[in-house]
Amino acid sequence: MSEVKTKRTAKAARGPYGNVGHALNELDDRLGSAKARNFLDKIFPDHWSFMLGEIALYSFVIILVTGTFLTLYYVPSQTVVTYRGSYAPLYGIKVTQAFASSVDLTFGVRGGLLMRQMHHWACDIFIGAMVVHMARVFFTGAFRKPRELNYSIGTTLLTLGIVNGFLGYSLPDDLVSGTGLRIAYSILESVPVVGTYLAFFIFGGNFPGTAVIPRFFILHVLLVPGIIMAMVGAHLFLLVRQKHTQFPGPGRTEKNVVGTPMFPVFMGKTTGYLFIVTGVTALLGAFVQINPIWLFGPYDAAKISYAVQPDWYMGFLDGALRIAPAWQTNNFGHTIPWEVTFPALILPGIIFGIAYAWPALERKLTGDKELHNLLDRPSEVPVRTAAGSAVLALVIWLFIASSTDVIANFMHLSLNNVLWFMRIATFIVPVLTYIITLKICQEMRDADGSGRRKTPNLVTRTSEGEYVSAAAPYHEEMEHHEEVAVPVPTFVVKDEAPSSDGVRTVER
Amino acid sequence: MSTNEEHRTPVSLSSVSENDPRMQPAAKNPERVERWIALLFVLGFVGFIGFGWAYWVDAAPWILGSTVGIAFSLIGIGVVAWGKYLMPKGPFVEERHDLRSTDEERDAFAAAIIQRGGGVIKRRPMLGALLGGGLGVFGIVALFPVLRSLGPLPGKTLTRTDWKKGSYLVTQDGRRIHVDDYKISEVATVFPEGFEETTNGQAVDQTIIIRLDTEDFTTKKGRETWGPAGYVAYSKLCSHLGCPVGLYEQQLQLLVCPCHQSMFDVTVGAQPNFGPAPRPLPQLPLFIDKDGYLRSQSDYLEPVGPGYWERS
Repeated sequence: MSEVKTKRTAKAARGPYGNVGHALNELDDRLGSAKARNFLDKIFPDHWSFMLGEIALYSFVIILVTGTFLTLYYVPSQTVVTYRGSYAPLYGIKVTQAFASSVDLTFGVRGGLLMRQMHHWACDIFIGAMVVHMARVFFTGAFRKPRELNYSIGTTLLTLGIVNGFLGYSLPDDLVSGTGLRIAYSILESVPVVGTYLAFFIFGGNFPGTAVIPRFFILHVLLVPGIIMAMVGAHLFLLVRQKHTQFPGPGRTEKNVVGTPMFPVFMGKTTGYLFIVTGVTALLGAFVQINPIWLFGPYDAAKISYAVQPDWYMGFLDGALRIAPAWQTNNFGHTIPWEVTFPALILPGIIFGIAYAWPALERKLTGDKELHNLLDRPSEVPVRTAAGSAVLALVIWLFIASSTDVIANFMHLSLNNVLWFMRIATFIVPVLTYIITLKICQEMRDADGSGRRKTPNLVTRTSEGEYVSAAAPYHEEMEHHEEVAVPVPTFVVKDEAPSSDGVRTVER
Repeated sequence: MSTNEEHRTPVSLSSVSENDPRMQPAAKNPERVERWIALLFVLGFVGFIGFGWAYWVDAAPWILGSTVGIAFSLIGIGVVAWGKYLMPKGPFVEERHDLRSTDEERDAFAAAIIQRGGGVIKRRPMLGALLGGGLGVFGIVALFPVLRSLGPLPGKTLTRTDWKKGSYLVTQDGRRIHVDDYKISEVATVFPEGFEETTNGQAVDQTIIIRLDTEDFTTKKGRETWGPAGYVAYSKLCSHLGCPVGLYEQQLQLLVCPCHQSMFDVTVGAQPNFGPAPRPLPQLPLFIDKDGYLRSQSDYLEPVGPGYWERS
């Protein structure tokens, strides 16, 4: 006896969800993929500050895509050739292949200039977004147990981003990047005991050598991005595993997460966000010139230009190098150039060391060993907020100090006076920032109604000219209304009241 | 420590006696195996020191490779032997679980994808279609910069070479070919004068000349004037895959491509008579000028090299 196959029986055999459901089941037979529903139901809390990390992630995607385009044309070679490309002012000049190919891919390749500028802008945005994201995590206490490891991964990502940014900045071999390499070489040399060996091994000899461009190239396009990608993967894995933090609020506890589900709400929004970041980067690449190497010209170890500036994220190091006093020691026939070693190596070591150590330090200082999933408002933890602000202020001040020459020139001041002002203020600014931030936080924390939604006050002026403030009369709209959060439902029922127990039987 | 133990909840975990046969090493005499493994580890240790020494004194590559190679091999054998002979021999068993989810999980997953996900599209089909359309357009236009920036379009570069009317035939070092330079059955690779470089897309110019006979040689009908004084010239690019047709078999008067053994009979217009090559090698018409130098009457009359779509 054989069954008669009709369209109807075939459809019934596929189950209640039709072809898509059938395909999902076939996949589940092989992979057990239906268990991934937990991932689709994952809740993302809503707060604008949670998107800062997404900016970093998406700008990194743009860096990868545009960077791949650039590698199709860039030649990582220090071999000297005569430039015969389409940019007339440089025609006939002896340049390295690295520089010639960078200019050629800018002007000789369709879309090349846009891709190069987008790559550079995306890098500046990447590192900037990481810094702001880190500040958010720090000031809200998101780094606390159980997320210390993910915080360390994030701090490492920032370090790697800065390193890879510098490596990439060096590759076009233009006058400005070459100057940066010269300075980096001298910083390597300043390392006590092994400095000269480090510099010679990395550059393949005395500056400039012939090896640094191809070596930096493979580090820049393979090794460091590979590590960054692996660590981004780990960062996101831990984010999913440990679930997102959230700000305190109605119905929000240490034991839950309130927000919208991964699929389709968060997925939709975050995809849109990827497009926005791409769009803004493309607009910057289209309209805002960045790193015009054709104006800088090729690197020549004997040439230099005025107001040489590194990319913004190296600015604080440059500022520290400028204002460091010329102290070197010469004991037992050995020189330690502290005027370089301290600002360029020890100081960033201390700043990043504090960043890495902070979660453990705070656990130790407060004795708080609990798990934390609810975030702090920065004003609720004055000491942490003040300390973080002080370190940020120091870094920003050093960044400002990297433009001593421009400030002196622009404001018609003596460079010497500017330098001494910067030196003294480097010590005063963080201390002042600490004290002021601490006071502001304490007053905000202790203020009446702190942490609660603000209600309007009615201020009236009496006929005597006195101002009187009183709580405004109650209005319906003043009440902040929020639905009670429920778990993501499995089924959406159309035009019928759900059964009293919220359970639905599926015909199969 | 004591507080920790107080908080311990008893759970049932299986245990096995230390004397259980499954926990015993597979070796009959474990002490002897252990001594052997220890010896391997010591030798490996010495091998690594040897590698360091070899690098320091810049020893020959075979010493460098053999020290580290032997050291890794010995240590590897030792570690495998440790696992195979000295660790608990078992057997132990692991249950295989079905990957398939329960019906409830499947329904819930399908509902999440189709109802919750598909629902947002179904509710606003116009937005879904417009977004899909927009991204589809991007998918197509994104190919433009990816593909178009990579290189120039082929244009006529595939059908033309640098041979022109009156080009002197020169060897790769730039020497012009005089009619008396070659004896019968001798061959030479020639280029149009000024294009002796085979880089920068100039590989298409390479031409092989063969002196066949002292008389003017006609390979095919209509080519009566192409082979003055027995000189015939063919494109050196194999019509199969573009390898240089670099071998000349004198007795049989065949040009042989070393890549896939295609053979071309040079007496009948380089007609292929063996191998995968589908077409004859194009012939370059030659003439001898009043000073006795070989020159080309024109460019090749058909595209040189392997087949491709636009080739007529």
